[in-house]
Amino acid sequence: MATIDAGAATGRTVIYRHSLLVRLSHWVNVLCMTVLLFSGLQIFNAHPALYWGQYGANNDPSFISTEAVEDGDKAKGLTHIGSLTFDTTGFLGVSDVDGEATARGFPDWLTIPSYQDLASGRRWHFFFAWLFVINGFIYLAYGLVSRHFRRDLLPARDELTPAHIGHEIVNHARLRFAKGPEARHYNTLQKLSYVAVIILLLPLMILTGLTMSPGFNAVAPWLLDVFGGRQSARTIHFLTAFSLVAFVVVHVAMVILSGVFNNLRSMITGYYAIDQGDIKGGKQ
Amino acid sequence: MTSILTRRRFLIGATMTASALGLNGCDALVESDRTKSVLKIAEGLSMKTQRFLLGDNALAREFTEADLSPVFRANGTSMPDNPQYLDWMSRQFSTWKLEVGGLVEKPMQLSLAELRALPARTQITRHDCVEGWSAIGKWTGVPLGALLKTVGLKPEARYIVFHCADEYEKSLDGSGWYYESIDLVDAFHPQTILAHTMNGRDLEVAHGAPLRLRVERQLGYKHAKYLTRIEAVADLGRLYGGNGGFWEDRGYEWYAGI
Repeated sequence: MATIDAGAATGRTVIYRHSLLVRLSHWVNVLCMTVLLFSGLQIFNAHPALYWGQYGANNDPSFISTEAVEDGDKAKGLTHIGSLTFDTTGFLGVSDVDGEATARGFPDWLTIPSYQDLASGRRWHFFFAWLFVINGFIYLAYGLVSRHFRRDLLPARDELTPAHIGHEIVNHARLRFAKGPEARHYNTLQKLSYVAVIILLLPLMILTGLTMSPGFNAVAPWLLDVFGGRQSARTIHFLTAFSLVAFVVVHVAMVILSGVFNNLRSMITGYYAIDQGDIKGGKQ
Repeated sequence: MTSILTRRRFLIGATMTASALGLNGCDALVESDRTKSVLKIAEGLSMKTQRFLLGDNALAREFTEADLSPVFRANGTSMPDNPQYLDWMSRQFSTWKLEVGGLVEKPMQLSLAELRALPARTQITRHDCVEGWSAIGKWTGVPLGALLKTVGLKPEARYIVFHCADEYEKSLDGSGWYYESIDLVDAFHPQTILAHTMNGRDLEVAHGAPLRLRVERQLGYKHAKYLTRIEAVADLGRLYGGNGGFWEDRGYEWYAGI
């Protein structure tokens, strides 16, 4: 997010916001996380139940699971969360495959491949996990060396006061986005959520993923203690994945609401236009 | 196992996926042989990385009696239906023998009583199914490495193949018999045992009686049940589908450490 002015039009300044490496790693990440999510749901479907602890299988209590039960001549999909049970026929537990109600955790439009194939889902998952990890390391190294983290993502002390954060939350809720000099930098909520994803959620995905590997358990048995067992790690992996989905939903909503063309252009070409605040009119 | 990661192949993989995203008809791409060969890069990468980090003898975690699963789920075949097996079973496996052969100096046949008389290792370990569930059990059996030292491997032996008494998938050509294979690193690993006892009792039929493999740093499908013959081979290409195991011939990884 360098602030080199690359040209100015009436009431607008165009700045060079995203370096080539940030843009590339962003889109590689989009690709990886998309494939990882949908192939991950394929893997989940092979045993759609989550446990806590070192072990967990059919005869052990699970606290999130889906199942298909017979309901007269129809199949009904149930989702259990703790002691609660929800009828989720059509989406979880039972969904249509080629017009026929079929027992499966997540529906075919959310899995890679669409049909039930654990072996294939695993191959896609691990290939893109490697690509994701390599991409992540390149990004981290770049972020540290180029001072991208310190300059663009680390909130300043005065940004972390309750008053400042409260003010930003109000502005976000009213969909009032920064203009003028303020728009040259990420706001505090952006910084905090990006930092949380980069140093918390994504590393958590990788570490809980590795904790499910019997080979990696022998390399780093301490990970089993950190997460409380292989089955706990599997559960955290799943819940963190959905935290990332929630992040992406908000992220994409904000991209759209704060000027979809300008935002997309900046993540593709690097250039981002800033309104000078006093100019009325559209975001462009 | 021989795939080498090249930047070009990695990029091909990434580009092909990029073009497939958002299309519901991407199953054709998922099934293409070229896609599969690119995705396979990950298996070699995982194996090389894990082996590098593991060294040869890092141990799988061992648990205590308090950690045992109350019910250890049986998976795959739980009752082989071939007449030979049923006959062994009816005689409490007193006529069953384990054959150890292939590329070895002194082929052997061992009865269950002889196996039980050999020095054994007991370990409480976690069994991880490729599907995602885990169960903890206590296993007692003969270290495979010790047995292989007794028969003496020929220098060209590279893999140990496990032939089983269960035909998991009925087929005309006999391609549905369960089998598995591991390399010598895992074969001589201290926790790799031929288990005849589970949770302090004779191995039950559902869990692979009279003898099953435990190869603790890999997933459940590597732990072949109902063993009848152990064969040392130089390569896996000539067995069944050529991929080194029943599930491997059906698309699963030969290296199941992840």
